[in-house]
Amino acid sequence: MSTRNRRFALAAVLLLAGSSGRLLAADESEVHLKPADDAALTQARCSSCHSLDYIPMNSVFLKRAGWEAEVRKMIRAMGAPISDADAARIVDYLTRYYGTG
Amino acid sequence: MTTRRTVLKTAVGGLALSTVRLPGVHAGLPSGAIESAALDALPGKRALIKRSFRPPNYETPVEDLGAAITPNDRFFVRWHLANIPTVNARSWRLRVGGEAAASPLELTLTQLRREFHPAELVAVCQCAGHQRGLAEPHVPGVQWGAGAVGNARWRGVRLRDLLARAGLMRQAIEIAFDGADAPVIAQTPDFMKSLPVDKALDENTLVAYEMNGSPLPAWNGFPVRLIVPGWAATYWVKQLTSVRALARPLSNFWMSTGYRVPTAIYPSTGEFRSQDSATSTPVTQIDVNSLVTSLRTGERLESGRPASLRGIAWDSGQGIARVELSLDGGRQWQSARLGSDLGRFSFRTWTLDFTPRDRGPAVILCRATSGRGIVQPETWRANPSGYHNNVIQRLEVHVA
Repeated sequence: MSTRNRRFALAAVLLLAGSSGRLLAADESEVHLKPADDAALTQARCSSCHSLDYIPMNSVFLKRAGWEAEVRKMIRAMGAPISDADAARIVDYLTRYYGTG
Repeated sequence: MTTRRTVLKTAVGGLALSTVRLPGVHAGLPSGAIESAALDALPGKRALIKRSFRPPNYETPVEDLGAAITPNDRFFVRWHLANIPTVNARSWRLRVGGEAAASPLELTLTQLRREFHPAELVAVCQCAGHQRGLAEPHVPGVQWGAGAVGNARWRGVRLRDLLARAGLMRQAIEIAFDGADAPVIAQTPDFMKSLPVDKALDENTLVAYEMNGSPLPAWNGFPVRLIVPGWAATYWVKQLTSVRALARPLSNFWMSTGYRVPTAIYPSTGEFRSQDSATSTPVTQIDVNSLVTSLRTGERLESGRPASLRGIAWDSGQGIARVELSLDGGRQWQSARLGSDLGRFSFRTWTLDFTPRDRGPAVILCRATSGRGIVQPETWRANPSGYHNNVIQRLEVHVA
């Protein structure tokens, strides 16, 4: 993970903690995504609500349709504010680096 | 910020922990779940197996589940949403009301302790997704191994006493529960669950303020959580703040979409009819299950040397009739000796003494039978969210 990404993860955690006082939280600073073009985008969109270990934890067994369904669930059921264009890039990244194609 | 202490961890591409690297700990999990797991101690907890940091989802190593009662500092941790406040016991209030309650009320923790008759029982708390990670084929979700389960002595008050005080009305069909935890963004559905009225009024359904004689750990729902013996932990709402009597079914993601199985695979049990749909039914009861806790896949036994297998068994409240082990891959079975009975909702410990003879690889199987004669299955009935995985545990060991 790049320094910039690491800073983002830390900022996300601090922002989260600051929003409602003391929170119950664990240290997730050592979770890294596989470096590639859209790793930063994936990290930015996903890590605002949950730690990134959800991604490697759910690998390697999902095909493209499986990762598509997960990203769609995050948008439609969980309300993640991710544009269609970003969602397509995230699905591509997850399929290539954490999927079975 | 909360004081944090991460004892040891591993990351993708990083060094795996020695404990996590031991043979058999992760047998059957997806490769990425093995790599992203870490042995990590949350504040106030011993090291548990981290599945996700935020929200925190941590399971108990199977070797720490050998006792009838799971210690609080080893009890598994499961949250859906990452905005988890630390609750102040003095300012905490429990609101009991809703459209089908005639006299809504608000209680302090002191009132809860003093104004209602205490009730106590031992019950297994098991995640609906227990052993999801061992499912074949793998399905997405938290990739739990065999440690999303624990057994504790819970003390609190009966939910039905609270509902009686609040003037529960005849038109109530469900009781809905909310906790202090919240989503990170407003668009995410808050985690709320409901029970059918008859289950809410069951004498064993508690609002608990003690776990094994101590206040509940923050990670397990301090100051108060719902206890629904026999039913999956998804109903055991933590940091409970609101109890509402409803005249119509609760409809949200966590009831209408999550925690459900297709009726084509799992026909409705009829226990929660107000939540049945044309094609799916909510997960309710936990399944008869058992674990060997004293031995892992990959370990060695010595031929001719007496050995002792130990473990636990549990079900949804019929009690455990017997636990059997096979030391030859399922050809012959022998009954284990059951430990003391702490109640029908509790873990039941068991022991089997034996002397391995034939040298070479050996397959050990363990299966429990409930008081109603239900036996653990050999194969999992695959369902999209990975629920109801209570297949017979299989250990591959070597006799030398």
